[in-house]
Amino acid sequence: MNDILKKETLAPGVIRLRVAAPRIADRRQPGQFIILRAAGDGERIPLTIADGSAAEGWIDIIFQVVGAGTRLLAELREGDALQDLVGPLGKPARIERFGRCLCIGGGVGVAPIFPIVRALKEAGNEVTTIIGARTADRLILVKELEALSDDFHVATEDGSLGRRGFASDAFLDLAAAGRKFDYAVVIGPAMMMKVVSAMTLERGIPTCVSLNPIMIDGTGLCGGCRLEINGETKFGCVDGPEFDAAGIDWDSFLRRLNSYRAFERRTQGHEQCRLKDV
Amino acid sequence: MPTEGRLKEDGPAPAGRFTRVAMRERDPRVRARDFDEVPCGYTDDEARREAGRCLNCRNAACVRGCPVEVKIPEFIGQIARGEFAAAARTIKETNALPAICGRVCPQEDQCEKTCVLGKKGQPVAIGDLERFAADWERRNGTPEVPAVKPPRGKKVAIVGSGPAGLTVAAELIKEGFDTVILEALHEAGGVLVYGIPEFRLPKEIVRREIEGLEAMGVRLVTNFVVGRTQTIDGLFEKDNCAAVFIGSGAGLPSFMGIPGENAIGVYSANEYLTRSNLMRAYRDDASTPIIRGRRVVTVGGGNVAMDAARTALRLGAAESTILYRRSEAEMPARKAEVRHAKEEGIRFELLCAPTEILEDSDGFVMGIRCQRMELGEPDASGRRRPVPIKGSEFTAGCDVVIIAIGNQPNPLIAATTPDIQTSKWGTIVVKPEDGRTSKKRVYAGGDIVTGAATVILAMGAGKIAARSIVEDLVGEG
Repeated sequence: MNDILKKETLAPGVIRLRVAAPRIADRRQPGQFIILRAAGDGERIPLTIADGSAAEGWIDIIFQVVGAGTRLLAELREGDALQDLVGPLGKPARIERFGRCLCIGGGVGVAPIFPIVRALKEAGNEVTTIIGARTADRLILVKELEALSDDFHVATEDGSLGRRGFASDAFLDLAAAGRKFDYAVVIGPAMMMKVVSAMTLERGIPTCVSLNPIMIDGTGLCGGCRLEINGETKFGCVDGPEFDAAGIDWDSFLRRLNSYRAFERRTQGHEQCRLKDV
Repeated sequence: MPTEGRLKEDGPAPAGRFTRVAMRERDPRVRARDFDEVPCGYTDDEARREAGRCLNCRNAACVRGCPVEVKIPEFIGQIARGEFAAAARTIKETNALPAICGRVCPQEDQCEKTCVLGKKGQPVAIGDLERFAADWERRNGTPEVPAVKPPRGKKVAIVGSGPAGLTVAAELIKEGFDTVILEALHEAGGVLVYGIPEFRLPKEIVRREIEGLEAMGVRLVTNFVVGRTQTIDGLFEKDNCAAVFIGSGAGLPSFMGIPGENAIGVYSANEYLTRSNLMRAYRDDASTPIIRGRRVVTVGGGNVAMDAARTALRLGAAESTILYRRSEAEMPARKAEVRHAKEEGIRFELLCAPTEILEDSDGFVMGIRCQRMELGEPDASGRRRPVPIKGSEFTAGCDVVIIAIGNQPNPLIAATTPDIQTSKWGTIVVKPEDGRTSKKRVYAGGDIVTGAATVILAMGAGKIAARSIVEDLVGEG
């Protein structure tokens, strides 16, 4: 069970795993996530489902190596099995016939944008996609998204591909050119979602984001993933992960993401001392 | 050699008809710094002496006080005679989880409450004896696997592997059903593994009791969230289940809705205990972080609050305080848990309620603002309502706050199964006498029906539902 069928490196430190998971593949919808444990007594890692095939019984997950848990996950090879895999969790993304849709993905957030772009397209929308990353080699799913989208834009911070700048700059170009949108989805690092959704909302575009708070069980048990939405406490795992960007208390969300900063620094320091290479 | 007592011929005499043989407990100063169990258990001799106090009443009130009707005088008589293996077998006829119940059942409100000896002195320590018998069996050779009926070729899915689900599984496997437990987490046991800490219920014991069920043929599937991985209807239509029992518990933590509640270092008791227990954050090599506060405040007065406050101490807190808005008399926690907490140095701020959690500029907890209360007229629960005393606000410094004010039923199954009737509190409605829900061939029991309650009540409900499942499925041929 949970066998890794395929493993690819999409960008430096960004890995795609194709995992045998017939039940999850059968039930998953765009926007939903899984929780996995790589091995042993490891941590529970929530990851959005990037793709899947009910007929073939697999799902794809894409992750960036950021901490001890994802490093352990990156060590697994094709033929290995994940220790634990549960899902699909969370509410599916809103997929309706909105009209002109704008999908913006930043960094590894391009992975969860992918199934949403496809679903919005299948629902009969005109989809404009913008993806951004620091450099061209860090961009993922470029060809796939380009093929799916009616209009496709790339931004890199060093200008190595597409427009030099952030994904937000590419959006501002479109806005300046008078492009109008009926609905936007923004997924990426927390700060990027905060900034970009403020821009889209300001221009009157209803905007959803997908939040990734710290969580344990993913079923509503722990409440660690709580968020302040329109002054109310919501749970990221069962009420989300997708939320209307308009009501989010971003500062609270950003602060809570840093809950274990000290702990993470300690475990990283342990395992990748850079002095050794000097 | 003492001569009084009815056991003078075949065993040691009781310590005194009306006085219990006290179970030894570890030194509070030592145990408050580790996660090993607090009570030491009876020795063979102590157990026989305590068992010797039982009057073996013909009309045993204790049995009627037990939600699963353990044959109490019978197993106690066996312990008194030194037939320990037989005693364990007797308990297991009606109770699938004796080592667990012997530790976490509120016997003082059930079997021991109705013990005749309690009228003049201390009731027989039924819980301690149950624990002794189960532990003795586990330590001395392989527990006997109870007989099961031949397979009936009918599959029953059990949602949740907590006390209710495990009980239903034990009953159904004995009746020859293909019994599958579906657990959302990566480890089975429900609240027994994520909630109740190691020092009160060692996880090894839970694991062994579950292995016992697996040895009988129960199949256990972890990482399966009913409502998401499969719906209830899907379990019938796609997974060929003939019946489904829902024992998904009351897992959704309640918060107070006061300012600062989302500061870093504010935990629900569920999260705090899950990090420590299930995710093993109490171990130095754990990959799951937990904020180990120096000064920890736990809000609430139930067993879960005691568990959280005592866990905080064991995780290194210099000061661990319980904040409860009523007085000790109204505390829902077991007396023994409150006593254990006090012995270990937990501070109790009673008649006191938080009004705000204070955070520093990075969002970390730095204190708690509280208000003194006094007791007014009784409220709907029959307990005197706490009323704030004007001008009594004060601030106390702390770096972790644990909210242990209760849990609500998890809404996921109700939300994905519209034809199951629920109450306005979100609990699943069943007929209490048979555990049947409004949906055909779907049964429920435990906290998902009652709201947060006890392990043994969940087990009692499981027994009742199992009886209905057998009746319905055997009846239809």
